[in-house]
Amino acid sequence: MHQGRGYLPPIELRSGSPIWTNLFTLYGANIMGERKVRYLSLEEGGFSLLLLAAAIFCLVIAGKTWDQVLAFHTALIALASLTGIFFIFRRYFDGNNTPAPLEINGKPNYNMGPVKFTTWAAVFWGIAGFLVGVIIASQLAFPALNFDLPWINFGRLRPLHTSAVIFAFGGNVLIASSFYVVQRTCQARLPGTIAPWFVVLGYNLFIVVAGTGYLLGVTQGKEYAEPEWYADWLLTVVWVAYLLTFLGSIWRRKESHIYVANWFYLAFIVTIAVLHLFNNASVPVSIYSSKSYIVWSGVQDAMVQWWYGHNAVGFFLTAGFLAIMYYFIPKRAERPVYSYRLSIVHFWALIFIYIWAGPHHLHYTSLPQWASTLGMTFSIILWMPSWGGMINGLMTLSGAWDKLRTDPVLRMMVVSVAFYGMATFEGPLMSIRAVNGLSHYTDWTIGHVHAGALGWVGYISFGALYCLVPWLYNKKSLYSLRLVNWHFWISTLGIVFYICAMWVSGIMQGLMWRAYDSLGFLEYSFIETVDAMYPFYVMRAFGGLLFLAGAIIMAYNLVMTVRVGEEVESEAAGQPALAPAE
Amino acid sequence: MDATYTALANFAQTGGLLYFMAIFAGVVLYACWPSNGERFNEASQIPLREDD
Repeated sequence: MHQGRGYLPPIELRSGSPIWTNLFTLYGANIMGERKVRYLSLEEGGFSLLLLAAAIFCLVIAGKTWDQVLAFHTALIALASLTGIFFIFRRYFDGNNTPAPLEINGKPNYNMGPVKFTTWAAVFWGIAGFLVGVIIASQLAFPALNFDLPWINFGRLRPLHTSAVIFAFGGNVLIASSFYVVQRTCQARLPGTIAPWFVVLGYNLFIVVAGTGYLLGVTQGKEYAEPEWYADWLLTVVWVAYLLTFLGSIWRRKESHIYVANWFYLAFIVTIAVLHLFNNASVPVSIYSSKSYIVWSGVQDAMVQWWYGHNAVGFFLTAGFLAIMYYFIPKRAERPVYSYRLSIVHFWALIFIYIWAGPHHLHYTSLPQWASTLGMTFSIILWMPSWGGMINGLMTLSGAWDKLRTDPVLRMMVVSVAFYGMATFEGPLMSIRAVNGLSHYTDWTIGHVHAGALGWVGYISFGALYCLVPWLYNKKSLYSLRLVNWHFWISTLGIVFYICAMWVSGIMQGLMWRAYDSLGFLEYSFIETVDAMYPFYVMRAFGGLLFLAGAIIMAYNLVMTVRVGEEVESEAAGQPALAPAE
Repeated sequence: MDATYTALANFAQTGGLLYFMAIFAGVVLYACWPSNGERFNEASQIPLREDD
């Protein structure tokens, strides 16, 4: 149905098209005074209307609200929507809005523009998020760094850090890699022209709205779900578009089998949608206020929050990145995954079990004990699929272990899977009620999270970025493998500093809290525990600094790969050349 | 109240056990079914052969 560039359809009232489509066809032709006839596709028209409605809605709020942050954010969303409309119509009036062909010379014509955008967005947000992490780690060690300013105090910067690394860095890596992998493994172009760009730009707009909101003091106070209602609405619309775009590629696939990585991506997208809706079922106090209240009350709210919170870990930070593992490790090692059968059992076991593990966050609370026992039990069962997946990833290298010596990118990804195994061993352990009694609210939790975040999510993402950039820009290889090596070792040293400091500090903190003297009095005051943690806080900040340094080396390496890397000569030798953007 | 709770808990616990075991058995059977082996080998090659 899509024709190549240069095909100009005759003026006709197309049956089945809404009347405005046809009106625009005529109008566009007349005012430009050219013979060229243009279509405004249903997609372009639909998105224009959606953006127009959003812009009007936001402008009304921006004009009438007493809430300055809401005024700023709605004005920003309105501006972005109008810019979107401008670009849709600029393409239209320039006459270059003919849909790109689905195939060129019998080969799929992949749409890699949005993948490139999210790749660089991931690099940018990664460095920003790690930097904020170093700042808040330093604030904990040296409280004077809060400077008594509300906008940059620890309480506001902390969600900025978590959202920047999880949703901005991790999210962009997931969107980039999912759009890449689904196209390549389905041999099909992403559907739509506007939709993929709507997804990537809309998602990053959400990040900006959420992040600036934290700095200006707007938050729901729910961990990993801090953005307020209007940002949640924005994300909902973007996420639906993401789901449909992803499904559209699968729908068009040439391979009859849907490769396992796509299953993991799909589980990630669908589950995050459900979690997001339930945990953000909040009612704004007024449409002109940034403040909202959740419909759940008391312990139900806590349960929904941690059902969400743990599955943000299980489906965003695990399922999505396992998809990366299942595509990028076989690709880089040039051998198929160790056992495809195991990957199927891995997938179904993981998604069916993870969804129940949330209540382990609520031991010793007003949540009924049976519920937290259930969460704990499922967490322990999770050892099985987690380690099954880890073994599957690691054993993919069997017979090619020598590549670990020669290819630092592969080494990074394999170490990432090892960290995955370590973090998913530690997690169920910490979910056991007795262990949780010691670990909860201490730095041990922070150390555990960072073993997963820096080691697993960070390294598999870096590996994916190191693979993607040369592929996307048709380069033979990275600018420098030596620099990847430096990145690897500096970051690994940083992670070791970080998690060891947090283990010692966390367990010490937990033990000090529960220490009684012979008369039954608490042995330590709270401030004594804080004082005792000081050296470990400094060590942790240093570890974070090393990790940040590694990421900056990566950014330099990736930029230089694009600027001076050697091109792949023939199309056949490497990835097929990309069609120029229409 | 107590009786209702016990009845519901029994149903949920036993039902949940059977439900999960059935799903797991189904998945393992599907994954290990001999005639699926060829398809899965084929599928595992998808990332590697897309370049041609």
